[in-house]
Amino acid sequence: MPAMSALDERLGVSPGARKLMRYVFPDHWSFMLGEVALYSFVVLVLTGIFLTFFYVPSDATTVYQGSYDPLVGASMGEQFRSVLHISFDVPAGLLMRQTHHWAANVFIVAIVLHALRILLTGAYRKPRELNYWIGVTMVGLALLEGFLGYSLGDDLLSGMGLVIAYSVALAIPFLGEYLTFLVWGGEYPGTTDFWPRLEIAHALIIPVVIAGLIGLHLVQIMRQHHTQFAGGGGSEKKVVGTPTWPGYALRSLGLFAIVAGLLFLLGGLVQINPIWEWGPYETWLSTNGAQPDWYLGWLIGGLRLMPPLELQVGGYTVVPTPFWGGLLFPTIVFGILYAWPFIGRRFFDGPGKHNVLDRPRDNPTRTGAVLALTAWVFTIFAAGAADRLYFRTFIPYEAQVWFFRGMAFVLPVIVFFVARRLARELQRRETHPLRGTSARIVRRTETGGFERARASPEEG
Amino acid sequence: MRLGAAIAKGVKLLVGIVVAILWRRPRERAERLPEIESPTLEREVTGGAGATLTVVAMLVAAALALAGFTVLYIVLPDTQALGLTIGLGLVLLGVALAVAGKAVVPQEQAESDYHDFGDELERTAIEHEVRESGEGVTRRGLLLAAGGAAAAAGGAAVIVPLASLGPNPPSPPFSTPWGPGRKVVDAEGTAITADEIEEGSMVLGFPDGVEDKSVFGASILVVRLPVAELELPPGREAGAPEGILAFSRICPHAGCAISMYRHPVFAPTAPGPALVCPCHYSTFDPRRGGALEFGPAGRPLPQLPLRLDERRELEAAGDFYEMVGPSYGGVRQDVPGDAS
Repeated sequence: MPAMSALDERLGVSPGARKLMRYVFPDHWSFMLGEVALYSFVVLVLTGIFLTFFYVPSDATTVYQGSYDPLVGASMGEQFRSVLHISFDVPAGLLMRQTHHWAANVFIVAIVLHALRILLTGAYRKPRELNYWIGVTMVGLALLEGFLGYSLGDDLLSGMGLVIAYSVALAIPFLGEYLTFLVWGGEYPGTTDFWPRLEIAHALIIPVVIAGLIGLHLVQIMRQHHTQFAGGGGSEKKVVGTPTWPGYALRSLGLFAIVAGLLFLLGGLVQINPIWEWGPYETWLSTNGAQPDWYLGWLIGGLRLMPPLELQVGGYTVVPTPFWGGLLFPTIVFGILYAWPFIGRRFFDGPGKHNVLDRPRDNPTRTGAVLALTAWVFTIFAAGAADRLYFRTFIPYEAQVWFFRGMAFVLPVIVFFVARRLARELQRRETHPLRGTSARIVRRTETGGFERARASPEEG
Repeated sequence: MRLGAAIAKGVKLLVGIVVAILWRRPRERAERLPEIESPTLEREVTGGAGATLTVVAMLVAAALALAGFTVLYIVLPDTQALGLTIGLGLVLLGVALAVAGKAVVPQEQAESDYHDFGDELERTAIEHEVRESGEGVTRRGLLLAAGGAAAAAGGAAVIVPLASLGPNPPSPPFSTPWGPGRKVVDAEGTAITADEIEEGSMVLGFPDGVEDKSVFGASILVVRLPVAELELPPGREAGAPEGILAFSRICPHAGCAISMYRHPVFAPTAPGPALVCPCHYSTFDPRRGGALEFGPAGRPLPQLPLRLDERRELEAAGDFYEMVGPSYGGVRQDVPGDAS
């Protein structure tokens, strides 16, 4: 291989390359979730670059003259017009735009499921806390990035989202006014400076930060090696799995192509965010039954469920109500997530380093706690869909809000005890052959004898 | 057909490449390879003709679908067709790679050591280096203080230009163009008369002669209620001629437009009329001057005092009774209106 020797003689790459080829990946289906997130991010970057060539970050009023007949002659902002242009007049534009939007949704689904896997199996424990915190940071950045992305169109749906974001930022005690005037460049709906800022944040700043954090995430994983489940022949000292080359690399590249292919199929065949049906946003317009992208539902729910607690001193508002549901609630959720390794060490993980993962049943208290947190956030998320529930059930929103307010307190407690009990029951009826017994895997040799195939996990 | 020949040639080339990649010549292993830190535990050579041919078939199908994308892009750039070809092509490619990874190349299990990081000796050495690096340095406190001052001032100088992003907010931060005598007009700029406002309907209104209708303080909604039903706060009776009431269109909770008007038809069972924000269900009672009935808003919906001119056209009798726009730290709840 002349290229290899040319590089090797100049940079000495062969030992590193060989190490990379021999890097060991333990096998479990749940380890795929993080890869799905990574590959969705690659699709997001590639389709996103295409979209930046056409998007116009300007709110200057213009009259639509493109090929979507129902809106011809309508007056709208340049940014809205440019998204219509991408959708109707740029060849493959709609495919790229819809694939980008689908990829964003799948990206965040994969991240959230990946995070749940990490929490339920205890992968965040020492020595991997740093990488866990990087991951939590990326969850937050991905949510923000997604929100900014669908705000770019300035359609009715995204405009309603932006004004809510504005109000939540405005609700930060003492700082809100200054912060919003800085970001929007003045009084809402902002000056012409605002739209380039929104685009540069979405298309450059946040993606670069996320890409950097992904790099750190992967470097740390390689430095510490993957975690693994017991029963695969590995131990706390040794990791057992498929080396990168050739088997794992081919499978993982295959996953990349499959993820990208499915995203393009979605983008080509399943309509998403048809902004020409919502129309351009004006501050005096809003619509019922409007839902943001799914990953913001928990914040809508938080804003809806919060009672009107406007903290006042001497007739002056100090803390406006959007602060509680829109800012304090996500801060608490992320605070819990960041603190999780400490909470775990104190209550259910104990000290010490861990390379072997728990199954959810192996640590009933942790499993109960993770699912209780999930249930709490999910209940509030469900309240974000109350208007859709109204269309299906005709239960008035007042009753729904009271129901969800109650459930937000009751459900996590129930889930905690039920999940903990279930985990304990599963442990008691342990059927796994490699745990809690003296099972050995034996293999028939060619000469007819028997030999031990792998060390049993207890001996590790 | 030239195109057909080219495609056939391309497919042949692709198959050739695939075969070249997958064809593993039995290679003499070098006598002594450098030691490796992840030794093989199990190794199974799987590459069968069947699996290989399956992979080749899928790769060819993927190549056709992906080439189809390019052809379609040129002749018929239809979103569905483009998505179908590139999507199917990539999925086929992915499945081919996964099958190749599982059933064509040798299957191997290897093991690696987990590193037990933390080297006390090295840490001690670093401490030693750090201690030595300060040898002979005097006035440490002074050095640190001066360095800290430079760093802090430098940090501040990096952050300060961010203040250029926007002006200081005025007080109050949201302007309203309303005042005594300002006409209420519709989206086309036509004056709205009292007789156009019917019970049970909600009319969108704007300030006459104002260029920027998009600020929070501009748009209003107008409704009519029976005068006998009104329970307005004291002093506001004059601002509701014939029971016609105007409110800010912007919810004081999170700034969405109040676009829903609940006006019950069957009086005995239904709740009273209400203005509802679709975003978070803040529900305001127009009879009580926009007082909150349900939902998260911390303040009433700001009411605008109205009066009728000699042609029975609506005009403002003053500015809003309360601050418009979503709440912020420092907004007053009970600003007395200047309607008089």
